Amino acid sequence: MSNQDALQGYSGEIRALLEGAGVEVGDEVEIRAGDEVYRGILMSRYELADPGYIVIKLPNGYNIGISASRVTSIRRVAPAAKPRFTPPPRPPQKPGLPKVVIVSTGGTIASRIDYRTGGVRAALTAEDLLSIVPELAELADLDARILFSIYSEDMTPDHWNMMAAEADKLIRGGAEGVVIAHGTDTMGYSAAALSFALQKPPVPVVFVGAQRSSDRPSSDAATNLIAAVRVAGHAPFAEVCVSMHAWHSDTVIAIHRGTRVRKLHTSSRDAFKSVNSEPIAYVSGGEIKINVRNLNPRGSGDYRFEPGFSKDAALIKFYPGMPPEILEAIHNLGIRGIILEGTGLGHVANKLIPTIRMLVDEGVFIGMTSQCIFGRINMRVYDTGRYLLKAGVMPLDDMLPETAYVKLSWCLARARDLEEVKRLMLTPIAGELGERSMPAIREAAVA
Amino acid sequence: MKIDYREIGLKVGLEIHRQLDTRHKLFCECPTTPREGGREIVFIRWLREAQSELGEVDPAALFESRKRRMIVYHADTENTCLVELDEEPPHDLNREAVEIALTAALMMNARPVDEIHVMRKIVIDGSNTTGFQRTCVIALGGEIEVNGKKIPIQTITLEEDAARIIEQKPHEVHYDLSRLGIPLIEVSTAPVINSPEEAYNVAYAIGRILRATRRVKRGIGTVRQDLNISITGGAPVEIKGVQELELLPKVVELEVIRQLHLLKIRDELRSRRVSEDDLKREPIKDVTSIFVKTSSKILRRKIEGGGVVLALRLKGFGGLLGLEAAPGIRLGAELAGRARAWSEVEGIFHTDELPGYGISGEEVMRLREEVGAGDLDAVVIVAAERERAEDALERVRERAIEALYGVPPETRGARPDGTTIYLRPRPGAARMYPETDIPPLPLPREYVEEIKRRLPPSLDEVAEWISRRYGVSKQIADELIDSEKVEIFERVVGETGIQPSIAASILVEHMKSLRREGYEVEKIREEDLLEFFRRVVRGELAKEAAPEIIKWLAQNPDKSLDDAVNALGLKAVSLEEVKARIAELMEANRDLVRSNPGKAISVIMGELMKTYRGRFDGGKLYQLVSQAVYGQINP
Repeated sequence: MSNQDALQGYSGEIRALLEGAGVEVGDEVEIRAGDEVYRGILMSRYELADPGYIVIKLPNGYNIGISASRVTSIRRVAPAAKPRFTPPPRPPQKPGLPKVVIVSTGGTIASRIDYRTGGVRAALTAEDLLSIVPELAELADLDARILFSIYSEDMTPDHWNMMAAEADKLIRGGAEGVVIAHGTDTMGYSAAALSFALQKPPVPVVFVGAQRSSDRPSSDAATNLIAAVRVAGHAPFAEVCVSMHAWHSDTVIAIHRGTRVRKLHTSSRDAFKSVNSEPIAYVSGGEIKINVRNLNPRGSGDYRFEPGFSKDAALIKFYPGMPPEILEAIHNLGIRGIILEGTGLGHVANKLIPTIRMLVDEGVFIGMTSQCIFGRINMRVYDTGRYLLKAGVMPLDDMLPETAYVKLSWCLARARDLEEVKRLMLTPIAGELGERSMPAIREAAVA
Repeated sequence: MKIDYREIGLKVGLEIHRQLDTRHKLFCECPTTPREGGREIVFIRWLREAQSELGEVDPAALFESRKRRMIVYHADTENTCLVELDEEPPHDLNREAVEIALTAALMMNARPVDEIHVMRKIVIDGSNTTGFQRTCVIALGGEIEVNGKKIPIQTITLEEDAARIIEQKPHEVHYDLSRLGIPLIEVSTAPVINSPEEAYNVAYAIGRILRATRRVKRGIGTVRQDLNISITGGAPVEIKGVQELELLPKVVELEVIRQLHLLKIRDELRSRRVSEDDLKREPIKDVTSIFVKTSSKILRRKIEGGGVVLALRLKGFGGLLGLEAAPGIRLGAELAGRARAWSEVEGIFHTDELPGYGISGEEVMRLREEVGAGDLDAVVIVAAERERAEDALERVRERAIEALYGVPPETRGARPDGTTIYLRPRPGAARMYPETDIPPLPLPREYVEEIKRRLPPSLDEVAEWISRRYGVSKQIADELIDSEKVEIFERVVGETGIQPSIAASILVEHMKSLRREGYEVEKIREEDLLEFFRRVVRGELAKEAAPEIIKWLAQNPDKSLDDAVNALGLKAVSLEEVKARIAELMEANRDLVRSNPGKAISVIMGELMKTYRGRFDGGKLYQLVSQAVYGQINP
């Protein structure tokens, strides 16, 4: 993104040296080191790299680092050429297409490269998006706006509220589909949050991200985005969902329910999977193929906007050897509810049970999910489970730990007392709870 | 035709690429050896290049993006992981590869960079799953001396090898990912080479230096040579993918002939006063009706499939399209090559080659009439779906206009016969940007100095050493080195204890002559050769069996030595059996043995060799027979 520092990444003596020579990143420079002469464009330096080197781009396009200890002189040959990109005109709008708004929250769903400096710049306006992914003009009457621009790991419940409010505003303003571009790390949490805040929406709200950044020719950003806009504008259902690759191929995009989806791989395009459920649809060959029944239909009149998320919820993963004091310490921070990610069917060490009982007695909600990720909680099978139940832990059935945490945050923001939190937590609201557990379907619809 | 290469101002620059023999790939831990038998995964991708901030349209990138092909990748889990699938960020730059490249760089007196920066070089034909090739400069400004002439080495880079193309269809291309990511060193010379022979000599010299590191891969597919060729009045033409060193001079020579031919045609077109404006204004005409009943299979197939036949008159080009400077070097081939590469059409013909291909004289007459072509004009026709046919003829028009100016700068691909074919336009300035997933790697002076101290001996020194160490002539030693057999030779001698001269003669002379006969001896696995020599030493096979076995293995590269032995009936024979048979033959030739022992030996040997050739050592057999014969005479 834009940066104001003319010598980005350079510090200390080297910075002084460059400043003294009156050069800036992007300038064509001549550097003498010993009896060698290098000519090229001064490049910015990675902040975390060894500070002892100057980076230039040679005329053949390659970058090299020159050890500052060898440099005897630096001379500016020519000033930086300014990027002079003018996006191509917006493609003609096909009449009669649904109005879809793309909301950016961070990450870059589309970008341009300045090959001169190696800089990658986000393209976030509707014009930019359409010029880079022209297919979108065939699918929707597109609008785009930037809500905020942060890494997804920096999201907080406040950001969920802002996203929900923006989506609600767009829906009331006549948008026929909303697409939210989001960094992938916490996209599952945000999708769950909006599922609770925008209940039975009249139009789809589709989260989309990319596992390969959009500056790469192989990026999954465009294919995921095209599918997201297609679902937002044309799907017969209106759900809060996530649009990401189903597998390694670019051919099938899976549409996951916002409360049922989890990032299950650090880097692969098919990182997002529906857990304890199937994707609600697939997009492939330009078609939306619906995969489950009982979806909220587009245009249903039951829309309720229920914003509000509390910061007093916590998600704690149990591990062997976990001391009970951790729970006490969390309680002392003012936390009013804890989702435990227990082992197996829903267990933690027996040593923790007295502390848990104490917290429950003090009015803290404690819900149990499983770190197995897949499957349903059942705390009646083993003694430990039964003791935990007796201590007041609430089993949260087949809810994902992250979804349970988001839901708890939402419940704490609106329930008057612990009893109401308990009641709300087990009331199905946005498909987060399933009554039936189904066997895995081999090789899904992907192959 | 004798060409004075100095006179025409020939300038050739070479880019030599060679795979490094590292334990694992450049950016992941996958092996660099071909392996099969893992789980095969097939997946589909599309590539789209990010827009450039500069807003410039790169002709080569435009060429690929226009084609918008579906890319199908085939990955074997034995030698590909998520990194090659572009599903995981690259691991650290392989230090072993850096060290080999540095070694080679220092042997060419190049100057290592202080810090290595890995770049992404945009390549969107699908050969890299990422859409870019990761590459980095290791050293700059080297120099080697070839026959007394100094050849500057501009850059030495280290890059990842691309995926291997296995199938191509109009809208679809298939790649195998096994090769993707194997470290590749690239050595680029300045364009100072002035003759075809010199191109060979320089490539040979660089090859010897790379091989002197003893850590580069050998055999087919491990070396690729690209050339930049220009002559005075011509244009820089890049030729990609020459695999055989021996082919280099021919490629240069044929390219010079091609460029001279294009210049000659330019002059002729000028003297015929052919104008660019006329070519630009010439309409494309639908001439399908002329060919509805044609006996040309391809035209009929296209028309029946809903296609059309379109024609473009090239005013003043009559006779020039078919003019051939050397086999395959014709302007007509250039027009067709351009149209095929951009529009992927099959049915393209011009009047210089017609009537022919099932197209009748009458059809040609009607065609000429229809487009108003006179005697000095040529007509090009294309049969395909309308849009594709129009597009193809626009490419023909574009190429015909370029003919007015001589040699167009372009990238061409080398074919096995030394001719070349149009691949794509020359790329603009390299589209590169930093690979931010890999931190820069400093090369401290002390590290470079350490490598400098341990530089391996040159191949000349190696030849001397081989000759001394194994008691073979310097010539044999050189041949072992040049035929890339020195490594296997040392292994064979070291591991089997076979007499070095026998190993050398089989590895050099036999292999060479069989290769000349057309056997693909490169395909034979080293393990099989090793096992062959082992059995010779154990007396289980005779060295005379070598040619038979080598031929068979070359023809059956998937089979093992055991299979060869079985198929050729070379099952080992015991000493007892041989002795018993000798006794039998002695008995049968009792009189001859007494009257003429010399003759008897050769008769008995002749009989024995019928059954035992290749199964029992000939020398030893002779010894046994002599002993038997003379033992009988002088008990």
